[in-house]
Amino acid sequence: MTSAEMSPAATPSVRMTTVGTPAAPRAIRPVAATAEASTRARLGRAFQHGGWFVAPFLLLYALFVLTPLARGLWLSFTDANITGEDASFVGFDNYTEALKDPLVWESLGHSAYFTLLVVPCIVVLALLLALLAHHIEHAKWLWRLCFFAPFLLPSAVVGNMWRWMFNPDTGLMDHVFGMESAWLTQKSTAMTAVVVATLWWTVGFSFLLYLAALQNIPRHLYEAAALDGAGPWGRLVHITLPLLRSITGLVVALQILASLQVFDQVVVMYEFGPGPEESTRTMVQYTLEQGFTSYRVGYASAISILFFVIIAAFALARMWLLRKREEGVR
Amino acid sequence: MSVAVGVHRRRWRPSQIVLTAVGLLVSAVLVAPLVWTLFTSFKSEEEAVAVPVQWLPKDWTGQAWTNIFETGNITNWFVNSLVVSVCVTFIVVLVSALAGYGFARTEFRGKSALMALVMAGLMVSPAVLGVPLFTTVQSLGMVDTYWGMILPQCAPAAMVYILYRFFQGIPRELEEAAFIDGAGRWRIFFTIVLPLSRPSLAAVGIFTFIASWNNFLWPYMITNNPDLMTMPNGIATVMNSYGVQWAQLMAGGLMAGLPLIVVFVFFQRQIVAGVAHTGLAGQ
Repeated sequence: MTSAEMSPAATPSVRMTTVGTPAAPRAIRPVAATAEASTRARLGRAFQHGGWFVAPFLLLYALFVLTPLARGLWLSFTDANITGEDASFVGFDNYTEALKDPLVWESLGHSAYFTLLVVPCIVVLALLLALLAHHIEHAKWLWRLCFFAPFLLPSAVVGNMWRWMFNPDTGLMDHVFGMESAWLTQKSTAMTAVVVATLWWTVGFSFLLYLAALQNIPRHLYEAAALDGAGPWGRLVHITLPLLRSITGLVVALQILASLQVFDQVVVMYEFGPGPEESTRTMVQYTLEQGFTSYRVGYASAISILFFVIIAAFALARMWLLRKREEGVR
Repeated sequence: MSVAVGVHRRRWRPSQIVLTAVGLLVSAVLVAPLVWTLFTSFKSEEEAVAVPVQWLPKDWTGQAWTNIFETGNITNWFVNSLVVSVCVTFIVVLVSALAGYGFARTEFRGKSALMALVMAGLMVSPAVLGVPLFTTVQSLGMVDTYWGMILPQCAPAAMVYILYRFFQGIPRELEEAAFIDGAGRWRIFFTIVLPLSRPSLAAVGIFTFIASWNNFLWPYMITNNPDLMTMPNGIATVMNSYGVQWAQLMAGGLMAGLPLIVVFVFFQRQIVAGVAHTGLAGQ
């Protein structure tokens, strides 16, 4: 225990204010202060200096989040290579080059295309799976197990499995659907194959979020609607779907942010190459290629920063939308 | 009344029969790739690529499984994955519980500014800032080390935020009562607050373990030494590098993926609650 905790409750505490103003004389607490209030004051003092609680996290955070961010910003204005030696300042050269680099736009396009395909499919499939699992009364554990299990696999394993599934002639997709052509070797279907694999792998996560939301809808709403003569369809449209609106917002936001950063399963399915006719190179992949294959760390950092700005814009837009909606509710 | 409800529940109404049939069909489709992977791993390499495709192996053989143990470093990778994920989970739970509590319940200079800074970190990931993160870790001399794999995964702003929100919801009266009884703030944290938050801590721990066990990108960037690789990393790079042997690749994949699925079968309730809890906290 520190001495502050032991000191009498009547002593005015300067440290209570976080800004740390100099010890201005303050009125002594009225003698009539209740015992409860004095306990609260003592407790409040005991919980000052909470810095020690957050210090370990902040140290890791500073080292592995803030430093790379600052370092990336600095490197993006240099021509640094992978060794970090002899880097010189080049101003905005990296940025102007990146904005003119067709591969930056192409890879951004591939990531955006992937996102546009995945997000709506995930929302619809996850919702359908959740409605199904929620309404079947028997063996509830079985549906959760089967719908969610793929999410537990590592992305690298998923990539290999679906490379095997889509393998021409010997793959299961070829066998079951009799697909004449191999999806993995054609520009038009290359990204769709990744989307199929990704849906199979990640739909379980959004499914769980929807399932939890469905279970949170109060039963009496349905009972009241049933009394008013609403059928199953009416209850779905007028009660369930409107009440799932906020969870849908969450699923969409999480999926957009995750999908824009797609990398793992794509490179594993295309053996770390750019895909047929370079049609599956994503933003993350291009950045890493510039950094680790071409050793252009400065240029890669500039692309990273541009990418970070895009991601941040999406995240901030969501926060803004949420705040606006909250104000609308009030 | 309760008997009536029970009977009502157990009855197979037509709508339930239809729904269950649809559920079984969907489940079969979702599980098929896993079953196919399992069967492939018990075929010989020749049979795996034989045309026409057969679901079941004609001659069941454990050749692929024995090969991956005899020729590769797969046991190394497995141990590495275990060491890395266990360390990451332990550090993340400890550090983010402390930080979440610090932000929720204590006062210190610049708290709100620091909180805003941590929130901004939700947008930074190895995928977005991989190259600068690599050079940072490189300058710390941690390339090709356990610490280099572990520590950069240990600063998740999201987990701090989840626990921060949870700690805010604990009634203050409990801490006040303990304080009157003479407990200091660290003792209050470890003996009152942490036991109360077991479900949230479990959620964060489960989610972190899954994410870390499956993490591919960061270990891929930071390790070159095949002996130091984790399961996902080794399977994606080394096992693919000398011509694909599908049966072995599927066996290795199952070895990386099955532990979590087996654990899931036994701890389904906790894992589902944990994942839903961490996901929903983003609201």
